Amino acid sequence: MELATIQSPNRLKSFLADQLRNIAPVFTLLALVLFFSFASPTFFSVVNFMNILQQISITAIIAVGLTYVILTAEIDLSVAAIANAVGITIAYFTVQPDYVNIANVPLPGIIAIVLTLLTALCFGLITAFGVTWIGIPSFIMTLAMMQIANGVSALLVRGQIAYSYPDLITTLGSGSIFGIRWTIIVAILFLLGGHLVLTYTRFGRYIYMTGGNREAAEYSGVNVKLIIGSVMVICAMCAGIAGMLAVAYFGSAQQNQFDSYLLDAIAAVVVGGTSLFGGRGGIGNTIIGLLVLGVLNNGLDHIQIDSFLKILIRGLILLSALVINVYAQNLKEKAA
Amino acid sequence: MKTELESGGVKTPLLELTAVSKSFGGIAALRDVDFSLLAGEVHGLVGENGAGKSTTMKIIAGVYPDYEGDMKVAGKHVQFRSARDALAHGIGMVHQELSVVPDLTVAENVFLGNQPTKHGVIDWARINSEAKKLISSLGLDIDPRTRMGALPVGLQQLVELSRVLFSGARIIILDEPTSALSPPEVKRLFDVLRKIKAEGRGIVFISHFLDDVLEISDRVTIFRNGKKVATEPSISLSKDDVISHMIGRGSKDMHMGESAELQADDSKPIVLAADAVGDGLTLQDISLSLRAGEITGVYGFMGCGQIELARALFGKGRLKRGRLLLDGKAHSFRSTAHARAAGIAFVPENRRMMLFRTEPVYKNISISILDRIHRFLLKPLRERVIANGHAKDLQIRPPNAEMMLGQLSGGNQQKVALAKWLTHLPKVLILSEPTRGMDVGAKEDVIRIVKTLRDKGVAILVLSTEPETILTLADRVSVLRKGRVAKEFSKGTLHKGDLLAAA
Repeated sequence: MELATIQSPNRLKSFLADQLRNIAPVFTLLALVLFFSFASPTFFSVVNFMNILQQISITAIIAVGLTYVILTAEIDLSVAAIANAVGITIAYFTVQPDYVNIANVPLPGIIAIVLTLLTALCFGLITAFGVTWIGIPSFIMTLAMMQIANGVSALLVRGQIAYSYPDLITTLGSGSIFGIRWTIIVAILFLLGGHLVLTYTRFGRYIYMTGGNREAAEYSGVNVKLIIGSVMVICAMCAGIAGMLAVAYFGSAQQNQFDSYLLDAIAAVVVGGTSLFGGRGGIGNTIIGLLVLGVLNNGLDHIQIDSFLKILIRGLILLSALVINVYAQNLKEKAA
Repeated sequence: MKTELESGGVKTPLLELTAVSKSFGGIAALRDVDFSLLAGEVHGLVGENGAGKSTTMKIIAGVYPDYEGDMKVAGKHVQFRSARDALAHGIGMVHQELSVVPDLTVAENVFLGNQPTKHGVIDWARINSEAKKLISSLGLDIDPRTRMGALPVGLQQLVELSRVLFSGARIIILDEPTSALSPPEVKRLFDVLRKIKAEGRGIVFISHFLDDVLEISDRVTIFRNGKKVATEPSISLSKDDVISHMIGRGSKDMHMGESAELQADDSKPIVLAADAVGDGLTLQDISLSLRAGEITGVYGFMGCGQIELARALFGKGRLKRGRLLLDGKAHSFRSTAHARAAGIAFVPENRRMMLFRTEPVYKNISISILDRIHRFLLKPLRERVIANGHAKDLQIRPPNAEMMLGQLSGGNQQKVALAKWLTHLPKVLILSEPTRGMDVGAKEDVIRIVKTLRDKGVAILVLSTEPETILTLADRVSVLRKGRVAKEFSKGTLHKGDLLAAA
């Protein structure tokens, strides 16, 4: 009895400390939705909601892989560049219209898709090898991979623009079913799959534990290198698939068209409350983070505001999310 | 010479402590200690861990500014506020962990922090020539432009020593200077120390290595339980005298952990054997056999290689030489995961290294057995049942598997660390410092658990720097000394003194 009374304030405090990273993003989202609903007559509607979902769907696929990476306390800066390179690769393996001047290698659609997925896998394996086997910090390794992927993109298209993709990719990237864009459905499937793996599998637990305390995971007999290598590969695959759909979504494949996706994907994961120090957060957080960014980007278009100011506002939102992220981590550690 | 030293009161000592006491949070670490250091003297300081040696030296070196009692340097009262203050009074310390910068040259290390300059730029010619002079005055032949990291540890230490000398120190404190040195390096260090003391400086020589202390010291002071027990000329002391001073004379005040009856049984099957293993750094061909149902103790001082040995057996840290035989078959563990899969379990000396403070107890316990519960999926209910079972068996308080680990006491955390490996009995259990820093109750619980595991047939390896831990647990003992097995005990009565003498 006495024990219980001593612990209850402690437990409440640790519960709040634990939940701050989950509560803060939800409140941010609600506040943004309320604000834009009042500020703009066109914001709050089903059509616009579907717009927002469509706008965040590509980022969402990238963010799933990135969530895994950040949960292990690593980072992947190459996601946008890999998405770009893989998007260009799928176009490279497809017959292009006569006016496109690219020395490409047309292949049957299904083979093109398989080869492109293998390309994404290769990117991931190289990153995994560099980070785990050689021991390059992921920050630097993925910076190099970003440059390498950009180089691959540049070599394949040589400044040109490609327009054709295998039918399956065109459908998934730009088609709809029952009035819902396929990209939204794919994104939801990725988020759902990502969540199930993280929550209900041994692999998911190992990711959290490795991120929470890598040394302890190692001394508990977890193959830490295998876990980290795997999340790097998963992240590259997610980025690659997002890239394939995105070129179809955009209608064209060219150099430097994914530049904003790196920051958006990292921002979505962090704004959602997944700890930059690893071990805390998850896909649920990433979904909230994606919605916050989606609502913000979309809402700012609905109200009369200097378009250059938008960039600054996004930066400030990201900064405040970082402050909460670090603060929540400190609270948690104090409570323990 | 000898007569002058014995009548130390005639000359003014370089350093004199009178009735110095120091306590930490109400617990006395040092009680009424008198100590003096003469010019031209090497003064040895010995005692077990926690006997008060380091506390005394930290007071002298200005690390602890508040204490009771009086300190005089060259006859004048002093009260240091910081280590810098002590250095200004000519007191320099060479720590066990060297503070050299491996990527700078020898000369740069000697002048670290006060490089001579000419017109505002560093005067390299002078740095190199003066460093050369200084080093050769110690009888060493080292090119001052050599990179520090390229030198063997023994020479690095001498370079650091020359830095302390260069700073003008008259009183030099050496903390465990020989622990990482080979015999020829020890000899060279002693030659240097004899030169230094001939210049009229005083040296305090702290060490666990009693042979070294007796060889180099003029006088020896022995500490026990925060008190000075004796100060005597080393000529009149034997190693046995020192040991009996350190652990208390006679059998009257013997209690638990002072001695043990070893009951090694060579008929028990060998589970894990290390055959002349070495890691190319600390470990030098160590051979060890762990038998089923037996606790093998490995005793040695800090830095003797236990930590490295334990890690190497658990697949962390590569072995360069020798081989490991598990159940008679050669194995090499590429990772801790491989070692775990082969049936080896390890609890490191520092609990934090294997526990997740911000996770609940049940996740801490289940992390090592998730693959046995289900190949792919998590079974949280099963995890909780297992964890609650352990909490009950091991009397983890409070017995709540949902509790965040960081909220448990140290002893209970240690039990959780053990519980990780108990669901499926490992073949080999490696425990590094299993009872360090625990209260008596938790300590006894852990000892009981370990003995139960032994009786269930687990081959257990206990590594410790505390003789009591080894004596309480072990059925056979190997003593490590500088990365080698110095002595093995398997039968008869083993006293604490035997361990200290062998290490």
